[in-house]
Amino acid sequence: MIQLEHVSKSFSEGIPALNDVSLHISEGEFVFVVGDSGSGKSTLIKLLLKELEPTSGSITINDIDIRKLPHRKIPYFRRNIGCVFQDFRLLKDRNVYDNVAFAQRAVGASNRSIRQKVPVMLSMVGLAAKYRSFPKQLSGGEQQRVAIARALVNNPRILLADEPTGNLDNNNAWEIMNLLEMINSRGTTVVVVTHNMEIVRAMGKRVITIQKGNVVSDSLVDGMGGDDDEN
Amino acid sequence: MFSLASIATMAACIFLFGLFFAIVTNFQSMVKEAEEGVAVTVLFDDDITPQQIAEIGDRIKERPEVSAYNFKSADDAWEEFSQIYFEGNEELAEGFGDDNPLQKSESYEIYLNDVSMQDTLVKYLENLDGVREVRRSEIVANTLSDFNRLIGYVSAGIILILLCVAVFLISNTVTVGIAVRKEEIGIMKLIGATDFFVRAPFVVEGILIGLIGSALPLALLYGMYSRLIVYIMEKFNFLSSLMNFLPVSTVFRTLIPIALVLGVGIGFLGSFTTTRKHLKV
Repeated sequence: MIQLEHVSKSFSEGIPALNDVSLHISEGEFVFVVGDSGSGKSTLIKLLLKELEPTSGSITINDIDIRKLPHRKIPYFRRNIGCVFQDFRLLKDRNVYDNVAFAQRAVGASNRSIRQKVPVMLSMVGLAAKYRSFPKQLSGGEQQRVAIARALVNNPRILLADEPTGNLDNNNAWEIMNLLEMINSRGTTVVVVTHNMEIVRAMGKRVITIQKGNVVSDSLVDGMGGDDDEN
Repeated sequence: MFSLASIATMAACIFLFGLFFAIVTNFQSMVKEAEEGVAVTVLFDDDITPQQIAEIGDRIKERPEVSAYNFKSADDAWEEFSQIYFEGNEELAEGFGDDNPLQKSESYEIYLNDVSMQDTLVKYLENLDGVREVRRSEIVANTLSDFNRLIGYVSAGIILILLCVAVFLISNTVTVGIAVRKEEIGIMKLIGATDFFVRAPFVVEGILIGLIGSALPLALLYGMYSRLIVYIMEKFNFLSSLMNFLPVSTVFRTLIPIALVLGVGIGFLGSFTTTRKHLKV
């Protein structure tokens, strides 16, 4: 599903943001990517979205070598990847319904499809009753739910979440994580970048640790905080 | 807000363009009128036959530079000369009786489409059999030709400057508009919107700005033009004998499509190129 082979990314001379990273994420997996600030986690997400080009190495997603992907095909490639960010990135002048519908309109979905899918997504994230609210009327957790609904409304096979709980309190962070786990249980591959180690330890998922651009560990956590299996 | 600024910018540029266009068109029309009054006179050899004169007439008729020509017989020439030089002293002319001192002065008077072609035509005429002399007003022709060229260069220069200013200003206002919606564009691109989808609203907006921004000054110029001509003619009466202003319909028949195409074109180009810079996400 996601395959990185000897991927490096340098922005300028000096320490590379990512250095010779190789990893494989299978379909349906739930993976945490952890590391300190500036370790290269967000660079990894940007490379997966083809927002950035690797300096060297190859990235294959859904059997597509994205280095060879021409510019005009990038939008179609991205439709298979949903993304969620720490700052939610909602359109402030549109209500909840329109924020989610926006993702459908951007891919040219019909009005009928929008009318069918948006309410389903809002129900799934528990915001059906707040479809008319504007982002500023919602809590941080609710805004992130809207962002998740928007990321999923086009049925992507992969969901990338870059610090999705970074702006949330503990309760909301857990709600979001439970929601992501539920989404993963439905078959979507989920990659979560975070530094909330409490959640990472408690969730018992595969954890890839990046330090100074290098993958220093790739292991399955047992859900109680201990490493279960080192890859 | 930004659209209003763009419309105002566009309207100002198209207004200046329209104003300049109306002035240049009128100048060109006046120069053209003057050009049409510049004639080339062809005089014949003494022993020429009427048939040869007719043949020369046919050759002149075939020339593309010629807009009109007429034959002036020796009698016509004498009558015209008498009228000018013996005005008030007609008895002096009568002294010549039936003798025509200008017996050998039959000629063709040729009017040209474009005075800059006078040289070519004169060379051609001088080489015709039976042609004794070709008279022309070189200074007038050259002056008119130079003046015409000058108007052409100045118009091209000013139009180019106006276009550059308009494209620059529109591009700037679109850039500001895009900066405001940068977040929205970024989200669209990450969701998987195509460049066309992202660009379309900006381009449509650019075209609308162009349409409105050119329609407004056109309407203003239309109203101003007729009133201004009437005002000039009333205030400066002496000009009416020197200048013939073009009617509003003649100027606007050309100006309206040009201004609309310019407005829409600038709006389209400005928005299209500016959005392209922001689509490389």
